[in-house]
Amino acid sequence: MNNVYYGKLIFELSKPGRRGYSLPKNEFDGYSLEQLPVARRENKTLLPEVDELTVARHYTNMSNNNFGVDTGFYPLGSCTMKYNPKVNEELAALQGFNIHPSTPDCAAQGALKLYDEVQRTLAEISGLSRFTLNPYAGAHGELTGLMVIGTYHRQRGDVNRTKIIVPDSAHGTNPASAAVAGFQIVQVKSTAQGTVDVEDLKPLLGPDIAGMMMTNPNTLGLFETQIPEIARLVHECGGLMYYDGANLNPMLGVCRPGDMGFDVMHINLHKTFSTPHGGGGPGSGPVGVRAGLEHCLPNPQVVYNEEKGRYEQHFDEESLGSVSGFLGNFGVIIRAYAYLLTLGRENVPMAGRLSVLNANYIKERLRSHYKLPIDVVCKHEFVFDGLREEYGGDHHDAEHVTTLDVAKRLLDYGYHAPTIYFPLLFHEALMIEPTETESKDTLDAFIDVMIRIAEEAKSDPKMVKSAPHNTPIRRLDDVKAVKEPKFTFKAL
Amino acid sequence: MFKYFPHTPDDVQKMLDVIGVSNLDDLYAEVPEELKLHRELDIPSAKSEMEVRRIIEGLAAENKRLVCFAGAGCYDHYTPSLVPFIAARSEFSTSYTPYQAEISQGTLQYIFEYQTMMADLTGMDISNASMYDGSTATAEAMLMCVASAKKRNKVVISATFQPNVIRVVSTYAKFHGVELVVVPATAQGTTDLDAVRRMVEADDVAGVIVAQPNRYGIVEDFDGLAAHCHAHKTLLAINTVASALGVLKTPGEWDADIACGDAQSLGIPMGYGGPYIGYLCTKEALIRKMPGRLVGATTDVEGRRAFVLTMQAREQHIRREKATSNICTAQGFMCLYVAAYLSIMGEEGLREVNEQSHAAARYLHESLLATGKFSEVFPGQPFLNEFTLRYDGCTCELRKRLAEAGFLAGVCTEGMEGCLTFAATETRTRQEIDKLVSLI
Repeated sequence: MNNVYYGKLIFELSKPGRRGYSLPKNEFDGYSLEQLPVARRENKTLLPEVDELTVARHYTNMSNNNFGVDTGFYPLGSCTMKYNPKVNEELAALQGFNIHPSTPDCAAQGALKLYDEVQRTLAEISGLSRFTLNPYAGAHGELTGLMVIGTYHRQRGDVNRTKIIVPDSAHGTNPASAAVAGFQIVQVKSTAQGTVDVEDLKPLLGPDIAGMMMTNPNTLGLFETQIPEIARLVHECGGLMYYDGANLNPMLGVCRPGDMGFDVMHINLHKTFSTPHGGGGPGSGPVGVRAGLEHCLPNPQVVYNEEKGRYEQHFDEESLGSVSGFLGNFGVIIRAYAYLLTLGRENVPMAGRLSVLNANYIKERLRSHYKLPIDVVCKHEFVFDGLREEYGGDHHDAEHVTTLDVAKRLLDYGYHAPTIYFPLLFHEALMIEPTETESKDTLDAFIDVMIRIAEEAKSDPKMVKSAPHNTPIRRLDDVKAVKEPKFTFKAL
Repeated sequence: MFKYFPHTPDDVQKMLDVIGVSNLDDLYAEVPEELKLHRELDIPSAKSEMEVRRIIEGLAAENKRLVCFAGAGCYDHYTPSLVPFIAARSEFSTSYTPYQAEISQGTLQYIFEYQTMMADLTGMDISNASMYDGSTATAEAMLMCVASAKKRNKVVISATFQPNVIRVVSTYAKFHGVELVVVPATAQGTTDLDAVRRMVEADDVAGVIVAQPNRYGIVEDFDGLAAHCHAHKTLLAINTVASALGVLKTPGEWDADIACGDAQSLGIPMGYGGPYIGYLCTKEALIRKMPGRLVGATTDVEGRRAFVLTMQAREQHIRREKATSNICTAQGFMCLYVAAYLSIMGEEGLREVNEQSHAAARYLHESLLATGKFSEVFPGQPFLNEFTLRYDGCTCELRKRLAEAGFLAGVCTEGMEGCLTFAATETRTRQEIDKLVSLI
């Protein structure tokens, strides 16, 4: 990370006559595009004309204005920003995997076997029967899982189950995925202790409920201890339980979603299984189901044909359909496999336990300065409701130091900010997830800075409210971005 | 301890003391005992880096890298070395969605460049910051049509789409309650424009979606289609193979409302199907119906131009079930591949890639016909770098035999017994083509 702003666009480095590519001489004479009778492009493109070094420098300079896990601590709640091991990158780039997706199965046995191995490992970790690795991301997994639920009901002729129950603390993707999958959303409230209100749930249950989505631990980082009762109630009314695996990390090897009573779930390989988040993807959102629902999983499915002794891609007529062009983000799946092999049964459960240790340690050390709305042992993450009043001022006062201000000031000290203003249950939510790959030393340094910011909020609130001061750029005009929208270089 | 866990036993003890519990298991005291696993996971034991490498390299070696004459949604174009080199910068790869713009200008800038390039290539006003792949981008285009139309729920899609795309779009339609009508192709292998026109005239069609080049490789003529759609308040979406946008008439030039598709062909390795990148572009008027992230330009408090995620009121984290889509994490990093690839290639390079791919495909086409074992299915239809032929024999046997000899001899044309769809790119040499043909 470099605090000198670069800020140029590649189009501004373009000069007519320059080029960055070289191609071999065309070996095939006499075949010209001019012979295409119709449908040729008339307008020139605005693509830049730049030499190779200019491109190399441009993107390198841009990368210097970017913060990643390799740069520093990234306690972004609900995102599980753990270390992304480098050997995984090398293995994903092996040329043996760079094959066309229509390669006949007989020539892709290694890839198909890898897919199946990951599928099996995830099933054991989750306590479910079978996984598809085709979904491309967490929300895509949710959508796929909801389609599994819809398919299950349809196949039983149970066509009136049109509603999905979603807690008010759920990730925004939950209700959005349910809506895309064609369901209506019914919201269930949380108790003052931050968990699902079972009494509020009961009257919602009935013959129109297709299922319920939950994440456990929930978005407040709290384990839903009533889960056996909730699962029993939902199952009793004929619905299925969906587990949003965004928060799976702390439960690894301790308590499995299948054992909690969930029927369908997704896992974010880019969270729990260490694949890089890539500035917003590519991720991977494998979906698992309990026994009896396997046939509903999307096509193509990867199966082992015992008779022929080989792996095959298979299209099941009973399947929900397809959600991806091919077999998902295969390159991401390779990375997750490398991670799973590296950790193995000895270390997978330690990842969860240490992530919980780290979260609780920060929480206990900072509760003197930040408002802790729910005081219990958390799992991998927890939520503060902003600064305590004696540091940040009264929340009702327009001049108080907000969670946004704290987040921006953290950037000055070389930290990524936690997730802010989510979950929606608290006005000043500040959601911290440290992950297990961070040391006590890193956490101590972060804690010191958080305390210092609290003190600054008291002594010099103006300075905190105008943070950041030491970043490549300062606070941005978000309103202008909406009111004078510019989405392309041409529009500038 | 373990290489990814930095905790010393002393650290752990000190931290437990601060928390006020005696051991790590106590951190799970509230979890009902009957839900706990109480046994080791039945998965492989931990491996060293060398062992992991051996295992995965072994699996990679079990795949056979075939000389690729297949397309059907994935094209074996050349990726200049600089592209993966830039993509290896972990400042980019280990970051997440650029919520904190002040320390994420790198990500925001390359997405802005990507948006500019894709809007430009498609001839549209705006591009979003990526969808998962071409099939889901097309499904989202369908949902956009329905969301934009008032009280219309019918979308018409041409059967000339890649079958795997139709499968995904149909799946989304089935669950979302969209009436998706697949219009069979003409005997010439093109979109049945007359049939589409008749359907649109019923004034109940929200959108029409067509593909270019189509699943048989044919470059279609959509002349008049947009005007007809618009006369009946129907939106037109065109799915184009991204690389072909460098030379083919753009969705914007056809006056389409939405451009969608897969941009794998712009520098992204074949990688057994992913990660690729779906693109979705549209006109300004439809911006509020657009799914996914959007990066816009603005200024900071000191007046410097900078970039930021914007128009987030469309998205799931704000709007929840009323969002334009459920998409959150998409394929952000692949925008960098595309932006770097297009920066290197420029307009001229992209045209040359298309010219060479076209020439190689034409030569392959002629050479295959010259064997006497292939015949034309759609005689005289124009193609760019992909075409369909009928084989005088068993295509499965042929593909298997050629795979053993190291060649990927096209893809079986789904639903057309005895037909193969071949593709060529600038990476295919005359020698490879001659060798393939000699083996037939």
